[in-house]
Amino acid sequence: MRASTHEPLLRVVKRAEASARLKITVRLIAVLLALIVDALFIFFVTGLNPAQVYVTMFQGTFSTSMRFSWAMRDLASLLLIGIALAPAFKMRFWNTGAEGQVLMGALATAAVMVYYGNTLPSPLLFAAMLAASIAAGALWGFIPAWFKAHFSTNETLFTLMMNYVAIQLVACCVNIWRGQASGLGKLNMKTKAGWFPQIMGQRYTINLAVVILLTVAMYCYLRYSKHGYEIAVVGESENTARYAGINVGKVIIRTMIISGALCGLTGFLIVGGRDQTISTGTAGGNGFTAIIVAWLAKFNTFTMALISFLLIFLDKGAAEIASAYNLNDYASDIIAGIILFFILGSEFFINYKVILHRGGRKEVC
Amino acid sequence: MDTLIAWILRAIPFGTIIMYGAMGEIVTEKSGNLNLGVPGIMYLGGFAGFASAYMYENSAVNPNMVLCVVIALICAFLAAMAGGLIYSFLTISLRANQNVTGLALTTFGMGVANFFGVYILNGRTATQSLVYKTFQTKIPVLSTMGVLGQTVFGYGFMAYAAIVLAIVLHVVLTRTRTGLNLRAIGENPGTADAAGISVTRYKYLATCLGAGISGLGGVYYVLDYNQGIWATTGQIEALGWLAVALVIFTTWKPLNAIWGSYLFGLLYWLYQFLPTLLGITVPGYVTDLIQMVPYIVTIVVLVVTSLRKKRENQPPASLGLAYFREER
Repeated sequence: MRASTHEPLLRVVKRAEASARLKITVRLIAVLLALIVDALFIFFVTGLNPAQVYVTMFQGTFSTSMRFSWAMRDLASLLLIGIALAPAFKMRFWNTGAEGQVLMGALATAAVMVYYGNTLPSPLLFAAMLAASIAAGALWGFIPAWFKAHFSTNETLFTLMMNYVAIQLVACCVNIWRGQASGLGKLNMKTKAGWFPQIMGQRYTINLAVVILLTVAMYCYLRYSKHGYEIAVVGESENTARYAGINVGKVIIRTMIISGALCGLTGFLIVGGRDQTISTGTAGGNGFTAIIVAWLAKFNTFTMALISFLLIFLDKGAAEIASAYNLNDYASDIIAGIILFFILGSEFFINYKVILHRGGRKEVC
Repeated sequence: MDTLIAWILRAIPFGTIIMYGAMGEIVTEKSGNLNLGVPGIMYLGGFAGFASAYMYENSAVNPNMVLCVVIALICAFLAAMAGGLIYSFLTISLRANQNVTGLALTTFGMGVANFFGVYILNGRTATQSLVYKTFQTKIPVLSTMGVLGQTVFGYGFMAYAAIVLAIVLHVVLTRTRTGLNLRAIGENPGTADAAGISVTRYKYLATCLGAGISGLGGVYYVLDYNQGIWATTGQIEALGWLAVALVIFTTWKPLNAIWGSYLFGLLYWLYQFLPTLLGITVPGYVTDLIQMVPYIVTIVVLVVTSLRKKRENQPPASLGLAYFREER
């Protein structure tokens, strides 16, 4: 008897359009399941009471207003990069080079601070930092996009490699600027030239303002502008886009310049508003994490804010657990990894439905 | 001359690490799966290999080092395969996005290795497993025969196993039915499916075995290259990305991985040996720039292959795309 003559027990069918309620339910179940698996992991490895551990985790972000403020600061960096990646990913251009684009923006900012910090008046200095960072990030986005548009060079791998070129450039410049010192330290320590002003007690207040602004702006850009429409069409099908008279190459290059420029801007905000210095760890892996954020949120910037918050919350929480129970920070990578696996897997139940065959009767679940 | 020999002696073991990583990823990518979890998988393999060897050494009364090597290799392979299995289940069965799943796997693998590593370190900054001596055992007699003996036969057995594996993979991929089927799936899973090839089974097997092979790179790094020393490290991540780069450089051919990996090793260590070779001293910031070279070379290869459009040098056509039979 041949197996192919049987109806398979399970059959998978694509859903036309999942309802908002279904989407939310599926994701909530995924996160809950992940938290249960994480709890089991915590219990079996450390023997600690998972409920207590989760309470401690909660305190990582919410125990004091300072903690919350720091969480917001880190959330701003991650979310900004996610926003920057959204148009590229919506176009199905796999920009894995955000880390490098942020670093280039940061490097350009730092260079202006180092070389013009003492000569330019403050407003001009900030303008120069901003312009340089945007240009540097845009350039790092433009190069792979140009090759993609003209020769369809694989962009995932190209942008990935560009990260390392950027990292080495930063290492090189840091090496030059630090001179004989063991580390670079804060730039323009005496004059504070190029440091963002303190607003409400924090230099990164500007970062938060920019991220809120861009969350709304990018949402509108993708949803309501002509560019956003073109990006969506190219992302769905390049052939359709061509048939509709869209210049695919132009859209790819334009979108990647925007994506790179926003990454560069993030570099500017990190250096000016958060670190006041630069190192190869300035982007801190956020360029990769933001890819996950942008994809899971399906390019909706408000959903991105939620997911970024979840990831930052986990990160802070794990650091808190680590210090409270003498564990190590890497627990956060494991916990976040498990949650991501579950959320990624749950997408399946949003996009497809599984049909169960039981004795000729059809049951949909 | 001594510098040149020292350079080669550094480059070949370094190349071997990424050769394993790249060969595993070639097998994976041939099935159409772009697994960006290679760094995470190498972490899993490296840590499992180290941990199993370390525990065996410290629990057995009279540890047999050959057995210890076998245990380390098997554990590394299985742990890395487990990573590949997570990736396969999510991307093949649940059709999750490959890039994102791979990146999540990298985070996860790095987390698992370094988190559990801390328990073994137990407050120290580094621990050593003595099995590295067995891993590093050179071929007797031959390895002492002058310069040639030193540079050709002066490595642990895994360096030669890597070459053998590359040849085996080449034969399997290009000369057997299995290899043909696998390549067909990577190019066009729809056609392969219509021809009666089980796309899902091949993709699962290729991705899991590929992950296992990549994991061997991790164990080679810890137990041979790094002299059995485990320390909480970010080094393996950089090696993993270099392995991904090497896959492009080889244009998805295992045989090219042999010389390609050694070339990468030479390029990676260029910054340390070139100045001495030329008899000049270069300031620190120039070495940073020289370290960029492997990545630049990879970009150039990527661009050139896309420019020349030679069909045998292209990435597998369906690379990175999930396959759903009813979506054609």
